Amino acid sequence: MRQALKERQGEALQAKLETACVAVCGLGGLGSGIAVMLARAGVGRLILIDFDTVDVTNLHRQQYKANQVGLYKTEALAHNLKEIAPYLTIETHTEKITPDNAVALLQGAEVICEALDQAQQKAMLANAVLEKLPGAYFVAASGMAGLGPANHIRTRRISDHFYLCGDTVSDVDSGMGLVAPRVMLCAAHQALAALRILARPLNITNIMED
Amino acid sequence: MVKINGTEQPLEGQTLAAYLHGAGYDVTRIAVEKNGVIVPKDRYEETILEAGDSLEVVSFVGGG
Repeated sequence: MRQALKERQGEALQAKLETACVAVCGLGGLGSGIAVMLARAGVGRLILIDFDTVDVTNLHRQQYKANQVGLYKTEALAHNLKEIAPYLTIETHTEKITPDNAVALLQGAEVICEALDQAQQKAMLANAVLEKLPGAYFVAASGMAGLGPANHIRTRRISDHFYLCGDTVSDVDSGMGLVAPRVMLCAAHQALAALRILARPLNITNIMED
Repeated sequence: MVKINGTEQPLEGQTLAAYLHGAGYDVTRIAVEKNGVIVPKDRYEETILEAGDSLEVVSFVGGG
């Protein structure tokens, strides 16, 4: 599998990704999608954090299966990722992220993907990471609910270490809930942002204008 | 002038807390970067906006 990834993505990028560590905070539609994409791309180590269990209402957009309802999302996703990428190293934390435990949970991650559900939790994590882990890159998401246009989902660089994906306005609490393709689009923006950040030192042509 | 989310506004001398309140932001849902550096929430009151400052106020909505 390593050879296949090297042939697909090039040896330099693959070597970089293999030694990389990315944290995924929240394992719902965004987080489970981000983790699957990063595992497939060959990222070597993932830190997966979520306190919740798989619910039947998650199956329309999250990367779990009907026979996993009731399992902790950390356990279920680790199992699914190992089926996709057996060589992947996974660290799971089945607990809620708070300002007090964020540093301990996220230490060592070069890129931290925010994939939480509540706006207040997203803001809490943004503040905690940007204040306390200034060396890490933070890739957050805001605005992916409903059936709005795909092209309104975008990635914006707020500052050197802070990227924001989404349309910034489509709130899950106003109007329609979350729909798989739009959530997966936003997750793809986040996963791609993470890969672009990890690839940056390689100076691969044409990939770093944003 | 102070640049806020890309728009110049005459806010010199105001505190960040006063600006955020006046603009209607819910401070539990935001992160603020001033000149590329995060402003801790407990410093909103003491942070005074100066001419030439560039602010990004990121206001999160729910969904994940």
